[in-house]
Amino acid sequence: MPEKTAEPEKNLTGKTTAAVPVPAAAVEAGPAPDKARSLWSDAWYDLRRQPMFLVSSLLILLLVVMSFAPGLFTSASPRDADLAAHYLQPPNWSHFFAEDWLGYDGQGRSIYARIIYGARASIMVGLGVTILVTVFGTLMGMMAGYFGGWIDSLLSRLTDVFFGIPFLLGALVILTTFENRTVWVVILALAFLGWTSIARVARGSVITVKQSDYVVAAKALGASTSRIMFRHILPNALAPIIVVATIALGGYIAAEATLSFLGVGLAEPTVSWGVDVATGRSQLRNAPFTLIIPSVMVSITVLSFLMFGDAVRNALDPKLR
Amino acid sequence: MSIIDKTDAVLEPESVGFEGPLLDVRDLHVEFHTRDGVAKAVNGVNYSVDAGETLAVLGESGSGKSVTAQAIMGILDMPPGRIPRGEIMFRGQDMLKMSEEQRRRIRGRKIAMIFQDALSSLNPVLSVGYQLGEMYRVHEGLSKKAAKAKAIEMMDRVKIPAAAARVNDYPHQFSGGMRQRIMIAMALALEPDLIIADEPTTALDVTVQAQVMDLLAELQREYQMGLILITHDLGVVADVADKIAVMYAGRIVERAPVHELYKNPGHPYTKGLLESIPRLDQKGQELYAIKGLPPNLTRIPGGCAFNPRCPMAQDVCRTDVPPLHPMTAPDGTELVGRASACHFWKETVNG
Repeated sequence: MPEKTAEPEKNLTGKTTAAVPVPAAAVEAGPAPDKARSLWSDAWYDLRRQPMFLVSSLLILLLVVMSFAPGLFTSASPRDADLAAHYLQPPNWSHFFAEDWLGYDGQGRSIYARIIYGARASIMVGLGVTILVTVFGTLMGMMAGYFGGWIDSLLSRLTDVFFGIPFLLGALVILTTFENRTVWVVILALAFLGWTSIARVARGSVITVKQSDYVVAAKALGASTSRIMFRHILPNALAPIIVVATIALGGYIAAEATLSFLGVGLAEPTVSWGVDVATGRSQLRNAPFTLIIPSVMVSITVLSFLMFGDAVRNALDPKLR
Repeated sequence: MSIIDKTDAVLEPESVGFEGPLLDVRDLHVEFHTRDGVAKAVNGVNYSVDAGETLAVLGESGSGKSVTAQAIMGILDMPPGRIPRGEIMFRGQDMLKMSEEQRRRIRGRKIAMIFQDALSSLNPVLSVGYQLGEMYRVHEGLSKKAAKAKAIEMMDRVKIPAAAARVNDYPHQFSGGMRQRIMIAMALALEPDLIIADEPTTALDVTVQAQVMDLLAELQREYQMGLILITHDLGVVADVADKIAVMYAGRIVERAPVHELYKNPGHPYTKGLLESIPRLDQKGQELYAIKGLPPNLTRIPGGCAFNPRCPMAQDVCRTDVPPLHPMTAPDGTELVGRASACHFWKETVNG
């Protein structure tokens, strides 16, 4: 790291407080290589140079836009069924982005429209579960790791109990008890079972950071417990948590599709790729595209999030640099 | 009787009108319960520091000097560590009897600490200005802007060039000496009454050591603070300290005003330490070293803990623990501030 004790800026040599906003603004301008670089700005600098990150984040951006503004992509409705006109009409590959581009399913609905509208369920489940799981898991792991002793034993055993429940089986059991399975029910069910991996990572990470000298120093200079936890430990323990969370995000999307396929996740009339895969299965022989197209969308989405998570891990883990 | 009155009495002990040493450690014992048994890290340490005074605590690794400091700060890991006996009187109040909240209010504001490795003692994800400003925001409730202005002022105080331009830099962008200055600035931010510096120059380049020590001494004079300087480097101590306490195996083995200790050590261990400093006029000769290793703290030898390594050891050293004898000159006059925990201190001083 270049030593810069002899800062050339002449206008800043005085100790007037008026000079303060100048460097503050300079830092916010971005991570120019010779300006202040934290772990996060370093990571961002790395990320922008990774093709894997660029491709995956573009795809994710596209999916997010799709889920919030499906009207931008198609004017067709995913629920307009015209059996007489379009029953299993095959894709017309020359009509890019038209209603009949990807063909029609067994109920005469535009597959293209269903793909566009189906993104919302996947993205909402993925993001929703990840946010819930990260917040709750981090809190649990941080309390266990920071306080140690009987609190750690209690929380860690609780984590083990939840970890012991097989994810899909547990989700099946929970979801079958609900009559009306909305996206929120699926999110809560997956989050209820999924927080353990984050809690474990957070606990380990907090224990490592807790022993570092700067935490002892902060304590010696009179910082309170909550300040030590949230200002000094959390930002330093966050990197592995974010990595696990971004990689798990793809898994939650796949889990939603799986559950919907099995008939216990989302159900009609909710538009979801998993539901479409399930209905497409019965037409596998005469119209395979009704099954393949939504499956491919699930794969692409999961893959983008996995690649995104990988790229973030590479950027945040200094040992891999 | 409200709770606020009580905490205020602790926060402003001056109002009690206490006369006496700023910090008085009395018969402090610290032990660690480990799988191999009980490690007795500190075994009855007594020392005191007045305002404006510098006490150097000298000793090898494992002599208990850092553990004593951690006990004073209240940052010992208490499940393995335990304080079975002793008092730590700060302005006449025993800190070991205070609640955790009362102690936290003293930390940073009344007693602050400087650590050995400034890089690992500064949070890597926060800018130095933020960390310095945190002292003012947490303890004095200043706004972000005012705290930053104070941080720049403090960085100027510890002579960091272009403080205003560097306030948003991160710890890894500073050199070792500059980082230690920032640590010093953090410790001094609230003008505490007492600073504990745990080997503040050990991790630094020799050329920077003197600068940092001078800065520390200068600021101490300016603020009239008490300073406990923990070190194993005899060279660092000579210029800044007023008095020295030499520790061995968790006990103080010798106490003396700084120059008298160098001139005429009163304990064989101190003598050995002084003789093991390399000297230019003895170039080519073999360097003296104290034989053996410091004792295992779970099995401290009986009698004087230093006896297995002591060139002067007699039978009495293996059976009787020597008390800290006040020392007298050969003509019987008392040597002020001098004491030695050696059965044969007279022979040591004269021989």
